[in-house]
Amino acid sequence: MSQLNSAAPNQTTTTLTLAKALNAGMRAALAADPKVLLYGEDIGSLGGVFRVTEHLQKEFGEERVLDSPLAESGLIGTAIGMAQRGYRPVVELQFDGFVFPGFDQITQQLAKLRFRSQGRVELPVVVRFPYGGGIGSIENHSESVEAYFAHTPGLTVVTPSNPNDGYWMIQQAIATPDPVIFLEPKRRYHEKGVVQLDAPAHGLHEAAVVRPGTDLTLICWGPMVRTCLDAAAAAEKEGRDLEVVDVRSLQPLDFATIARSVEHTSRAIVVHEAQRNYGPGAELAARLQEELFYVMESPVLRVSGYDTPYPPSKLESDWLPNLDRVLAAVDQSMAY
Amino acid sequence: MNTAMSIGRPTDRPSAQPGRFQPQQPVETPLVQLLRPDGTLTSDPDFAPTLSAGQVAEMLRDMTLIRRFDTEGTALQRKGQLSLWAPLLGQEAIQVGVHAALGQHDHVFPSHREHGLAMLMGLPVERLLGIFTGQETGDWDADEVRFHHLNMVIGGHTLHGVGYAMAQQRDRQADAAADDGVSLIIHGDGAISEGDVNEAYIFAAAYQAPAVFLCVNNQWAISEPVERQSIVPLYQRAWGFGIPSVRVDGNDVLAVHAAMQWALDRARNGEGPSFIEAFTYRVGAHTTSDDPTKYRSKEETADWQIKDPLSRTETWLRSEGAWDDAQQAHLDQEAEAFGAQVRSAVNNVTTPRFEEIFDRVYAEPTPDLIAQRAQVLREVAAL
Repeated sequence: MSQLNSAAPNQTTTTLTLAKALNAGMRAALAADPKVLLYGEDIGSLGGVFRVTEHLQKEFGEERVLDSPLAESGLIGTAIGMAQRGYRPVVELQFDGFVFPGFDQITQQLAKLRFRSQGRVELPVVVRFPYGGGIGSIENHSESVEAYFAHTPGLTVVTPSNPNDGYWMIQQAIATPDPVIFLEPKRRYHEKGVVQLDAPAHGLHEAAVVRPGTDLTLICWGPMVRTCLDAAAAAEKEGRDLEVVDVRSLQPLDFATIARSVEHTSRAIVVHEAQRNYGPGAELAARLQEELFYVMESPVLRVSGYDTPYPPSKLESDWLPNLDRVLAAVDQSMAY
Repeated sequence: MNTAMSIGRPTDRPSAQPGRFQPQQPVETPLVQLLRPDGTLTSDPDFAPTLSAGQVAEMLRDMTLIRRFDTEGTALQRKGQLSLWAPLLGQEAIQVGVHAALGQHDHVFPSHREHGLAMLMGLPVERLLGIFTGQETGDWDADEVRFHHLNMVIGGHTLHGVGYAMAQQRDRQADAAADDGVSLIIHGDGAISEGDVNEAYIFAAAYQAPAVFLCVNNQWAISEPVERQSIVPLYQRAWGFGIPSVRVDGNDVLAVHAAMQWALDRARNGEGPSFIEAFTYRVGAHTTSDDPTKYRSKEETADWQIKDPLSRTETWLRSEGAWDDAQQAHLDQEAEAFGAQVRSAVNNVTTPRFEEIFDRVYAEPTPDLIAQRAQVLREVAAL
């Protein structure tokens, strides 16, 4: 076994990439509960196209780490059946753009069976997949699809932004009694970070203040947390003290943590890769104006992808929110 | 052509007993082959070669140039000029055999590995390279080239091909002078598991659409062997949908051409869809991002290289006296020059101006898109 078990017995931290931390988290979940299964295309001998499940089939066998036929609807649908009989399938879909052949099974079946059965059927299914852009991919490999699922009652939607969250959130997601859409920021797979091995710092559905500040709150998740932290560091040089909140869980939303931050700073910008219109930023902006109208010094702004399909990769750096666009929005907000 | 051939080939139709209760696999799966790996001719009960040695020599030329295109594609990716490439090494005979059989009004709905067929149909190589450099998404007119746009969501395009065939069928019903084009739908062995692909078979059969399905079985869907997708030979899948089918040696350009001609004729004559499984091997990686050493043996790949489509064609042509060293040397030179042309073509691909993306979303840009484009232009001007 790799990293974690080769660590000294008393070791309480280690440094891993996000991909390796997710791998370690799934290994721990497989070891802890024989009902946990990993299920997906190319996850066995190849270890997934991003190697997130590397070595796990060898360690836990083909009965627990299953290479599936190339059919997303089939994957989700059969995972539902397995979950009805007490298994905890962790389904990997290969890319964000390949979720849609399984869309009915996710939004109309997985999301609704608890409600349909009047609360009797429990589906502890995790559907995990890499999302977002920034790695120079071809079409259908860079989509930010969180709004579809956060909009669907019955699903929970979470996304880690760093290796420690990756390690803990995947284990917490697998332990959740409801379906979890687990979004992995693929452009951050290879970024390293310290992983606490003794206990998680947060619950699965808690937001986290990842940088305290007083002037303005940047609200972000997944791939944009690093971008926002970089923007906050740059703004500091201009004498601005920005707070960064990592939302971590889009459904359910820990609005209390976000509200506490904005009550304190009075200004907020939501930053996401997804297209703007009807996107997740609209929900956050609406909630902030509904609940904190008298606190706000300026309108909630959104920095997002444009309202076009994801562009060819040579244009993606201009399409994705970057440090300059975040800082321009900060200027705009502070000018009120 | 044997008109008795209906569902599958007569020799391996499932018998009523015990096939009534369980699928029965033939002891040996029949493979249409006209040219053996050693370059000698063989015969088939249903298919005969119809090409002259001169035509086959042209096909050897096409296969050689396609291989060069592919080799250059892989090399350009290694040099960082392409962000990705999906190699077709070893699958040249399918693309050339198909091209030689296509009628002048037939349309192709490709998967993501038919670069050679695209080139033969007249698509400039830079249009395909532009997709893999990350600058373009499909900058060509599919009505004109008849090679439709690449779809990366596996299998989704198969339904488009069936719908296009249904439209071709209706055009002919409305106007006897309409063109005689049919639709060729290409997908791989992995795609056969997708729901959309199975629905494509259903619609094609239900409407007897003038469509041909070409399933390129290269044995591997990234890391998954074809056995993960199907426990029966893929061409037998078509039977359950009521679609006549056959498995051909995909590395035998004569067999591919003959089977494709049969299927295209059926579609053109109003006899409905057919299914051809081209049995081949993905000698290269799935894409340049893939590492096949993780999941398959070198021996397996080496075994397939013996079945190379180019060398068997060359051997046969030489035995017929239709190919000699001088012709080979000339072709090698031509391939060199073509390689240089591909390398320079990649430099001719230009990155569109960013603001162009706002004009491609709808017939008329929405107010939001107009505003976002103006904002981008203001930001550019401010730099």
